[in-house]
Amino acid sequence: MIPAIVVFIYLAVVLYIGIFAFRRAKGKEKAEDYFLASRSLGPFVFLFSLFGTNMTAFAILGSSGHAFSNGIVTFGLMASSSGLVIPLTIFLIGTRVWALGKKYGFMTPVQMFRDRWECGHIGTVIFVVQAVLLVPYIVIGIMGGGTTLNTISGGMVPYWFGGAIVAMVVMSYVFFGGMRGTAWVNTFQTVLFLIFGAVALVVIGVGMGGFRNAAQSMLAAPALARLLTREQISPLYFFSYTFIPLSAIAFPHILIFCLTARKMNQFKKTVIFYPLCILAIWLPCVFLGVMANRVTDMPQIRAKQEARRVLATQGKTMTPEARDDLREKAAGDDVIMLLLQRYAPLLLAGLLGAGIMAAVMASDSQILALSTMFTEDVFAFYGGKRRFGEAVQVQTGRVFIVLITMFAYAVALRAPETIFELAIQYAFSGYAALSPLLVAALFWRGSTKWGALATTVWTALAVVAVAVFQHTVPAPAPGPATLIWSLGGTEVLSRTPGGTAVLGFMPVVPMVIVSALLMFIVSLVTSKPKQTTIAKYFSS
Amino acid sequence: MKRILLVVAVVALYALHQDFWFWRTAHPLVFGFVPIGLFYQACFSMAASLLMWLLVKFAWPSHLEREIEQSESEGERAQ
Repeated sequence: MIPAIVVFIYLAVVLYIGIFAFRRAKGKEKAEDYFLASRSLGPFVFLFSLFGTNMTAFAILGSSGHAFSNGIVTFGLMASSSGLVIPLTIFLIGTRVWALGKKYGFMTPVQMFRDRWECGHIGTVIFVVQAVLLVPYIVIGIMGGGTTLNTISGGMVPYWFGGAIVAMVVMSYVFFGGMRGTAWVNTFQTVLFLIFGAVALVVIGVGMGGFRNAAQSMLAAPALARLLTREQISPLYFFSYTFIPLSAIAFPHILIFCLTARKMNQFKKTVIFYPLCILAIWLPCVFLGVMANRVTDMPQIRAKQEARRVLATQGKTMTPEARDDLREKAAGDDVIMLLLQRYAPLLLAGLLGAGIMAAVMASDSQILALSTMFTEDVFAFYGGKRRFGEAVQVQTGRVFIVLITMFAYAVALRAPETIFELAIQYAFSGYAALSPLLVAALFWRGSTKWGALATTVWTALAVVAVAVFQHTVPAPAPGPATLIWSLGGTEVLSRTPGGTAVLGFMPVVPMVIVSALLMFIVSLVTSKPKQTTIAKYFSS
Repeated sequence: MKRILLVVAVVALYALHQDFWFWRTAHPLVFGFVPIGLFYQACFSMAASLLMWLLVKFAWPSHLEREIEQSESEGERAQ
């Protein structure tokens, strides 16, 4: 129970920082201050809060869980490719969006799209698709919180209650602190996790009798040795994953965060240090996730390995429901917490658990971003701000924060998928497919609102199609994929144990390519915005 | 020329991410416990940071900063 108490103290500290430490005087609240911290964040807070915003339960629990089942390939799949693609997109797109926001007062991506392409309702369509895709990301945070509190308390805090506590804490400091509170909480959490992540690695390593022994014993067991290679994943699948980080800059919370920097110079440190921050957080998580397979004296880990073994050997003869049940049992989202329980002293386990909570609770920025988008792109755009004033706009944002948190919590209680799959299949792929919107808006004079609409509708349809396909066609047992459609001997569409393959690629690849093609082709044949509008974006 | 070299560097690093040559082996274990495939990808992350430093140093979009400063000073003069 001691670790759980430490985590609760940590949650209280976070609540204090978010609500009180940076609260502005009542009555002076402006929308730009509440939603964007008056575009005044300094370099240190900007780097760590932007990075912290991107590091969610997915990064910590999902990555170690994925590594537990799939081995070291997890790091190359998401971490190192993100270390290249994300800072590159911040460098190319984030800086330009910041400059446009500063110049024309934009607070959301949709405001920029509406201005850039002279559109109104098409902007609303983009808002709806962005909002729907953001909800799974918020759900991940709540699920991660529930899992972490449940595990760290040894099951005394039930999953539903842990999730509720995390949802309440996050909702409270976002509600009261707005962007300023959220940014400082994120900074605090990121620093905490960077420190405790390193400590966790050392403590668990020592507890396991050194990683050398652990690695050698894994190599000696054929079933575990393959986890130290990447043979479980095909190179095409590996390549596909490099498209996923394109989603980062298209996520509204990241783009909105880009607007909070005081000066453009603050992007420099973020761009340079981003790959190193990813390395510092993901490498221990992935490595520990793999090494957890060596901890055979923990019944929970043995049960997961047994479920994995049964799935691999008898999965083909089982019903889809039985396979799903085994998949859930084999999932390793809680292995990091189990390792802490096993090897860290009680108080330290609590502190390290607090560090993990720090990363898990990154859903704050998404909740705030959704609220900002709703109040700016819908409430203000359709006349609410003009009729009721700015104070009511901020209050509307706060009500929205409460509603969206409650909704996400309800979904988190019912969601059956593992954290990792949920994130990848819906939010990440969808946002990656929306990234051509930004590229076209900022770098191509010839892009049009109809091209933007085509890209957005395609993204929505593709995400729904993948979800329906995977719901309709049950996932096969580990091993070869189930071929659904082939053309001239080429496997076009397959259902894989982990999702869907289109021509051997993850769906995100055709989704992004078709998205970009639609933007290009539709823009070519439709009328362009006025020259004066285009000149605003391409003056130099 | 500088820009072309930087674009080539970005493309080359992206290509180097697909390190199929270490696909099916864990050996050698770097420091005795880090599989070579994981070590390579960790080095890749450091190379990405170095590339970002080069981009910031040689291709920083400073014209955007100048535009902002210019529009801010115009705004102040108008007031």
